[in-house]
Amino acid sequence: MASNPFSAAAVAGAITQPPTGRDYLVDRSFRSLALVGAVLIIALMAYILYEIGGQAWPAISKYHIDFLTTSAWNVQDGVFGILPVIWGTLYSSLLALLIGGFFGLTVAIFLSQDFLPPRLAFVFRTIIEMLAAIPSVVFGLWGIFVVIPAIRPVANWLHESFGWIPFFSTSLSGPGLAPATIVLAIMILPTVAAISQDALNLVPYRTKEAAYGMGATRWEAILKVMVPTAAGGIFSAMVLGFGRALGETMALAMLIGNSNTISLSLFSPAKTLASLLASNFPEAGPIEVEALMYAALVLLLITLIVNIAGIGILQVTQRRISGKS
Amino acid sequence: MTATQTIGSAASPKGAAAPSPAADVAIDCRVEKIFYGNFLAVRDSHVPVQKGKITGFIGPSGCGKSTVLRSLNRMNDMITGFKLEGHVHFMGQDLYASYVDPVVVRRYIGMVFQQPNPFSMSIYDNVAFGLRLNRFKGNLDDKVEHALRRAALWDEVKDKLKASGLSLSGGQQQRLCIARAVATEPTVLLMDEPCSALDPIATRRVEQLMLELKDDYTIALVTHNMQQATRVADITAFFGVDISQGGRTGYLVEMGETKQIFEEPREQLTKQYIRGEFS
Repeated sequence: MASNPFSAAAVAGAITQPPTGRDYLVDRSFRSLALVGAVLIIALMAYILYEIGGQAWPAISKYHIDFLTTSAWNVQDGVFGILPVIWGTLYSSLLALLIGGFFGLTVAIFLSQDFLPPRLAFVFRTIIEMLAAIPSVVFGLWGIFVVIPAIRPVANWLHESFGWIPFFSTSLSGPGLAPATIVLAIMILPTVAAISQDALNLVPYRTKEAAYGMGATRWEAILKVMVPTAAGGIFSAMVLGFGRALGETMALAMLIGNSNTISLSLFSPAKTLASLLASNFPEAGPIEVEALMYAALVLLLITLIVNIAGIGILQVTQRRISGKS
Repeated sequence: MTATQTIGSAASPKGAAAPSPAADVAIDCRVEKIFYGNFLAVRDSHVPVQKGKITGFIGPSGCGKSTVLRSLNRMNDMITGFKLEGHVHFMGQDLYASYVDPVVVRRYIGMVFQQPNPFSMSIYDNVAFGLRLNRFKGNLDDKVEHALRRAALWDEVKDKLKASGLSLSGGQQQRLCIARAVATEPTVLLMDEPCSALDPIATRRVEQLMLELKDDYTIALVTHNMQQATRVADITAFFGVDISQGGRTGYLVEMGETKQIFEEPREQLTKQYIRGEFS
């Protein structure tokens, strides 16, 4: 029960009262509830890692690190390696980040820097955010029936004319990196655009005023002041977009061609960790499941590392910018 | 760009019927009306800003002193619905002529704001910002040092030029903003309540700085603090609020030598304000 050190000296019938026992109870229960929530999340994360790690353990002890550095995936001989799959995951995600990041940031600038009247900007933003609500499988179908036919002539022309450039060294026969990357870029664009826009909107008005007050043109103000000031938030947007690209499954399984190849060519088919898991799990026998669990663990670790590194870099840069080290 | 050649010559304004300003006027501000949308914010404010002097703008809140100051370098253009009737003459040009780009105006007329607003970049880059904008080709280091010395900040930051401008204290940040503004050597410096976010010691330093800067710059200063006006301003413009038309419209009540405004004001309203009967 709450004690009131002033009760003796206080005037009888005064309005001032200490918080009641119930107030303290509510306060304490809320705090414990929040704590339980936080602990549960960490526990869940640890449990997932433990469970997948446990199921992958037989494969880990059988293939060791060779699993990560070899290319064969042969169920009959029990030979598994995911180097091309790791390559495909990182390459497709990086390309998607390059395209989606660029356009996402452009959209964010367009919507936040007074290019449009506020109401219209809001409508645009809502439409872009709705992109995030489209199911992955719909994106996949759209990719198969629209994107692939649309880019195939361009891709094959590029291959015939500039085939000596490694990026164009194969022709596009159907599914492949290029259509997968384009669809992936569109899928991460809403994330990048929305978070970058928030970051740009958080730049104080007085900073903007300072830039224009120095006689900066709109372009100079945006590129030299607004974007650098919002760089931390924009970077987070990129990391989240990259994370989303790494884990994207359905659309990629439909579009990337599922081939165990390592190639710089944008038109070559490839395979990603997520698409490998999605396409192989349904028919996998016990030995393959162990290998797939190992692959799942690798995917989990890659996304964890990307996010942790992102947070780390963000904190370092923010500390440097605010000058508090 | 011929305007640059006519610094100080006070050539008669191009095609304007207004009487040519006296030779010692840096900015001849002849505001008839300033609107924000339909709201009449300021009327009838003819404020000649004298060359090489500090002109203080004082008056109660809502009297339009900041609005008038910000119309001198077209900062108000950032606000939607802003409209100015009248003329602002500077270097023989009307700043509100259709062919004048506000960006160019702001390069010639620098500004220091109420809140210190350094960019989130290094101290050096903050000062070099304007120099780079203007494609300055000379020795950047020298100019940065010179500007920081001019703003009485050099000794405090010379060993940490790479540190963020935001790591400085409020008073230092404001002097950094002054350094940033004077680095490009604009002819006029507008200061919009530059000390309102500072403690008394930092305020004193900035005031001292203004007095030093007026040898090279024309300064227009908005202040909410009458003592500050008496301490630094050579000339004081007193703005009042007219509520007779329903809205709150600011206007210039009287303008003169600071001594005259504070000791023998011509207008009753000025007298009351100086005495502290309203604020």
